[in-house]
Amino acid sequence: MKTTDSSGDVRLSGISKTYGSFTAVHPLDLTVPQGSFFALLGASGCGKTTTLRMIAGLEEPTTGTVRLGDQDVTALPPYKRPVNTVFQSYALFPHLDIFENVAFGLRRRGIKSVKKQVEDMLELVQLGEQARKKPHQLSGGQQQRVAVARALINHPKVLLLDEPLGALDLKLRRQMQLELKRIQTEVGITFVHVTHDQEEAMTMADTVAVMNAGRVEQLGAPTDLYENPQTTFVANFLGTSNLIEAEVDTKSGDDIVLKAGGGKLVLPEARCSAPTTAGGRVLVGVRPEKISLTHADDAGEIPEGRNRVTGRIADASFIGVSTQYVIDSPVCDELAVYVQNVERDGRLVPGAEVVLHWNPAHTFGLDATQDIDAGIEEEAV
Amino acid sequence: MATLTEAPPPLTPTAPEKKPPRKRGRLTPYWLLLPGILWLIVFFALPMIYQASTSVQTGSLEAGYKVTWHFATYWDALSEYWPQFLRSIAYAASATVLCLLLGYPLAYLIAFRAGRWKNLVMILVIAPFFTSFLIRTLAWKTILADGGPVVGALNTLHVLDITGWLGWTAGDRVLATPMAVVCGLTYNFLPFMILPLYTSLERIDGRLHEAAGDLYARPWTTFRKVTFPLSMPGVVSGTLLTFIPAAGDYVNAELLGSTDTRMIGNVIQTQFLRILDYPTAAALSFILMAGILLMVTVYIRRSGTEDLV
Repeated sequence: MKTTDSSGDVRLSGISKTYGSFTAVHPLDLTVPQGSFFALLGASGCGKTTTLRMIAGLEEPTTGTVRLGDQDVTALPPYKRPVNTVFQSYALFPHLDIFENVAFGLRRRGIKSVKKQVEDMLELVQLGEQARKKPHQLSGGQQQRVAVARALINHPKVLLLDEPLGALDLKLRRQMQLELKRIQTEVGITFVHVTHDQEEAMTMADTVAVMNAGRVEQLGAPTDLYENPQTTFVANFLGTSNLIEAEVDTKSGDDIVLKAGGGKLVLPEARCSAPTTAGGRVLVGVRPEKISLTHADDAGEIPEGRNRVTGRIADASFIGVSTQYVIDSPVCDELAVYVQNVERDGRLVPGAEVVLHWNPAHTFGLDATQDIDAGIEEEAV
Repeated sequence: MATLTEAPPPLTPTAPEKKPPRKRGRLTPYWLLLPGILWLIVFFALPMIYQASTSVQTGSLEAGYKVTWHFATYWDALSEYWPQFLRSIAYAASATVLCLLLGYPLAYLIAFRAGRWKNLVMILVIAPFFTSFLIRTLAWKTILADGGPVVGALNTLHVLDITGWLGWTAGDRVLATPMAVVCGLTYNFLPFMILPLYTSLERIDGRLHEAAGDLYARPWTTFRKVTFPLSMPGVVSGTLLTFIPAAGDYVNAELLGSTDTRMIGNVIQTQFLRILDYPTAAALSFILMAGILLMVTVYIRRSGTEDLV
């Protein structure tokens, strides 16, 4: 498991897929480095599974090439590619027992003594006892582990996971996320994981590519994507964002000063992905948990240098760890604010006049020509 | 996991309340079964008992038959007609194998490759049923007629030399030979092979093929290790639906065969309707039934399809 080894790199160049007049994947360049845990995140129909299937060889790209390390595998059928897939809903062979399911790949490659390897692999996924059962006798979580074992035993250069946790209930899914992450760290194989669950992608992956309508919207580490989204889709699809329409006023040093609803907001220029000419329009974004809420009577206590917006509490829902407020403000109808339940201010009830304030460093700027609601519907699914 | 399974106990005290509605519906399944059971009693069980008693009767048409528990009829029937029994099994088995060889690729094609032509091809498979069994068999008489194009072609290609050497055909003739009878059987029972094969192939999840390919299985290996084993229920029911009626068939041997290709069905038919030796005919029927039952049981045991889902 040398880190300098590049034989497990996946390099997609100019890869695309069209079905008749429908373009599932627009020409795409993507490099997944050896040993990384890479997630393709997006709503259903965004082209993430098609991309994965093109790496597996189950789908032929319309244009472009797929390379594994130095080898061009674009023309190779799936059975000649050194990659294995964990299929959505597992696709375990119903007529074979667990042992034979796991041994399938080894036997096809003509390996005679599979017993030791299969037993070790079943041990790794904690299914040693179940070796002689048929897939339908196992629970969903166990079947999922068999699917992982069946793929991993072949020591593929790349393991492809197609929504592997989609069929599991929430609790089991969280558990399997950690389990998969552990296995990936242990075996050091490149994982490419397709999911529509943004939390899953952020928990597990080193690098996440957010896909929308056949294109990669943004690619980066989970924290980068979350803290500094480049498009409204990413801002809304990954967690929740408050987006405020504003107009560029002046620049002062590294910051941009913007006018919004009669007030002023400050945005670090480095965190703005939109062109910032004076008088131009920009969407100012801030995550709900970065905002502090102070009752209007105490407005004087707010330190200088923070971005401020006034408003009235429209709704408050207590969810244990935090309280989620919806604020009606002149700059935006519905601003979301999440406040940790540390010291609750009894005056913060619906109808109360409040001031929202946050550190300008947490502000991000987006191009105002985009659909402000992109990515919202999909997240609700 | 353990905590989950412990959940049910609190439910037990409320269970008695549920009982009354269940009691009312308890007889419903039997009422629903009644028409079917009556039908079976009148048209299956009673004739079977009647046949069984006939098979152990002795007497003559003029004096009338009496039950004398004369089991020797079975032995006599078997020792006289064993060649026809063996021939029936051989012909039926050949036809079944031919049906499987012809039907499997077709069923595979319909299930996986036909696309939008699927329904049309299915209709073509079933279409022969719209014509009478007899007419279809008679048509084969024309197809295989002496000096006809089929026989001519087979002759030119020297196929008849080979089949003649094997004893399947005689000289320049196909009609009135074992090959004609087996062809007729194959043709007539082919849809009974294709339909169950298609049903079980069509149920196979396409992702299993992808998974096999992903796990280094070439297309042919995928077929051998995944597709074929999963289609075993269809293979078993298809071969049974072909073999059982083919073994008892007499129309094909009657119309396409000769006295040398008589099957057990022809013997039974002659005994019943021409010679009017009812005990022998009944005994032959029971021997055939027992033989088929035995073979089918062994076959199902051996093929191990019980635990295929």
